[in-house]
Amino acid sequence: MISPSKNIVALSELPEVAKSHWSSKVKVGVDAGKRMATVDCQVAEMPEVCGWLLSHSYNFATLVVQEGAAEWSLRYIFYGSQGSGLVHVTVGLPKDQLVVPSISLQVHAADWHERQAEDLFGLTFEGHPKLGDFVLHEEWPEGVNPMRASFDPSRRYPHCEPDPVWRPSPIVQSPGAFMMPIGPVYSDQSESALFLLETVGEDVIRTIPHFFYKYRGVEKIAEGSSVDRVLLLAERFSGTSAFAHSLAFCQAVEEIGGVVVPARAQALRVLLAELERLRHHVAAIGGICHSTALAVATSQANILEEDQLRLAGALTGHRYLFGLNLPGGLSLDLSDEECRRVGQSAQAITGRLSELREMLRFTNSFLDRVEKVGIVTGQAAATYGLVGPVARASGLAIDLRKILPYGLYELPLSFSVPCEKEGDGYARLRILFQEAEQSANIIQEVASSLPGGPVCTSAPLRGGSALGWVEAPRGAAFHWVSVGENGRVTRYRVTTPSFTNWHGFHLAAEEFAFQDFPIILATFGLSNAESDC
Amino acid sequence: MTKWIFRGIRTGIKTTSYPRSPELAPGVTPGRPGGRQGGDESIQGIERCPTGALSLAGDQIGVDYRRCVHCFRCQRGAGSVVGWQSGYEWGSRDAARDDDRAALGCAFQHSLHIRVVDCGACGACLSEIEQTNKPYYNMHRLGFFVTPTPRTADVLLLAGPLTEHMRHPLSRAYNAMPTPKRVIAVGTCALSGGPFGPSFASNAGVTEAVPVDVFVPGCPPPPLAIIHALLLLVGRTAPSTLDSARSAEGIVTP
Repeated sequence: MISPSKNIVALSELPEVAKSHWSSKVKVGVDAGKRMATVDCQVAEMPEVCGWLLSHSYNFATLVVQEGAAEWSLRYIFYGSQGSGLVHVTVGLPKDQLVVPSISLQVHAADWHERQAEDLFGLTFEGHPKLGDFVLHEEWPEGVNPMRASFDPSRRYPHCEPDPVWRPSPIVQSPGAFMMPIGPVYSDQSESALFLLETVGEDVIRTIPHFFYKYRGVEKIAEGSSVDRVLLLAERFSGTSAFAHSLAFCQAVEEIGGVVVPARAQALRVLLAELERLRHHVAAIGGICHSTALAVATSQANILEEDQLRLAGALTGHRYLFGLNLPGGLSLDLSDEECRRVGQSAQAITGRLSELREMLRFTNSFLDRVEKVGIVTGQAAATYGLVGPVARASGLAIDLRKILPYGLYELPLSFSVPCEKEGDGYARLRILFQEAEQSANIIQEVASSLPGGPVCTSAPLRGGSALGWVEAPRGAAFHWVSVGENGRVTRYRVTTPSFTNWHGFHLAAEEFAFQDFPIILATFGLSNAESDC
Repeated sequence: MTKWIFRGIRTGIKTTSYPRSPELAPGVTPGRPGGRQGGDESIQGIERCPTGALSLAGDQIGVDYRRCVHCFRCQRGAGSVVGWQSGYEWGSRDAARDDDRAALGCAFQHSLHIRVVDCGACGACLSEIEQTNKPYYNMHRLGFFVTPTPRTADVLLLAGPLTEHMRHPLSRAYNAMPTPKRVIAVGTCALSGGPFGPSFASNAGVTEAVPVDVFVPGCPPPPLAIIHALLLLVGRTAPSTLDSARSAEGIVTP
């Protein structure tokens, strides 16, 4: 386990600490009810404050850059990894100042956030070791920053022609060294991404991933759209975790409007969110079996996956749970009888899953392929701020349902956060099995005691900003939503677990045998649609 | 290993009997709007559609399936505007296009090799495409195979609004295919850009880069709709329509 020695500082102690460290340069406001603190500081102190938070068990969640009429506002959001709450570190900058000190040397999890902001806003993060083409590829015209307020998202920007004879050049210089490109169109039905594998013979020295082939500019096209329209985007940028992301978005909008969601909707949201997690985990287990070419196990998992897609389809009308979340509740009520049946099906699925788990546990040829493959050490996972099943397989018991409970998770639901130490492919597989089982238990628990009442309340539109978060199937997701007085979204910032975890993917894909690459990919189980939004 | 063999045999056959007989299991399709005359209250409800898929054609409500994303806003809440059809035989041809291009030779009827290209799909369409290759749908039995390279592919299965970054890889994949080659666009995003396009980062569907022969509307289209589209491409079934207002003119039920 990582860092029990870290000092934990409660939110209520922050003002005191800030005063003793930075005297009056840093102002701290604490909202105990919302379990949130706002730390207002100057640019000069900001990196130190962020580094200090990290060393006191606050993990980096996201960086929100907002362009105002006269100034830039940067918001670094941290969450207490031991359940202390949220800390927003806010900095203001004059509009003409485009240089900000980088925090990624102290807070490595912020690395990609800064690269993204540099690419999309044109801000420069001083001291960052690697800025340049990231979200926007080399074909994109230089100096055009799509997230700037002056940028027109409806028109096209002429791209340069890509070099027709492009070949990746190897960095490793040794006899037989070769840079093996995989992607962006590769394998059977994989998502678009490019992986450059530095190989010497059979061995891969390291992997250099290139993402954002699927960049759809969700954050930009959301700006100026109505809340209802942005909900469509929130739900559809990552179809395999649609319910989780639409829930995070709705929770942010509800927070802005001060809406209290009816108890029945809260309960059904938990039920549906766990149904989605269960389906996602079963699909991920199927993916891992497929990557090791264990055909029968793959089929068994695939049958369970389609069973659950059909269950969701019959229950809610949509196999991927689209069109359910609304600000203020749900668009559909489920009868108690239906929910009980879902509870029973979930239980039946766990039974079949545990059979599959036991069979896999005693299949040596399978274990040989997943054990000690793609290891992420706990220390590295903590440095990169990894989340979700990947982090939990490396000894970090981080689950937003426990450390930042939202909705019905604030009540004591009987589940625990599974945690493994090895950090290899098999540990990640075991985590998936355990979590799927827990999800089924939660579904049963919720279905057996559904409160009555309506499932939706009117959600008045108000101006303001709020953060919504959920533990999506792949890990922690944060949605920052700003709504103007006219009810239009002025800023939408999405930080997804795939984005966070792809950042640390190269840790697992170092010094391995070539044939293990699909297995490492499958055990991470990440989505490019989710990260490239 | 024997335990796995027995396990597989004990599981039995799960595969659907479609297209021999219709699949009636609950939850195989999200269904789609259509099939009701527009009363006064319906006409006002058309604006509830966030993607502009609903329109008024005479006294009928027309649904443009290229735009419908199954958000259920026209069906749930303050009274339903349109009827809701189950069914999944959604594969269609563009009525404006010449039909003889779409017909592949009979050599392909029971051996069609498919390359899937993700043009910025959200994952749901890709997941449904994957399902067609899994036990419940098992498209191998129909002679459809997924191939890892466009060089051996007869048909491209495209999902997503076609992001600017995928435009070049897609055209390279298309150019690498041998002739005769065909393209199937899967999902609302691939047909019209969906909620994402057109914009600075995405196009209004894959038709902007490659000629499309068969369209499969849906967000996402269920696996059976994708199988229907493949059957349609090789001339083993009849097409559906992309616009419910036009259905009266020429819908052919297989």
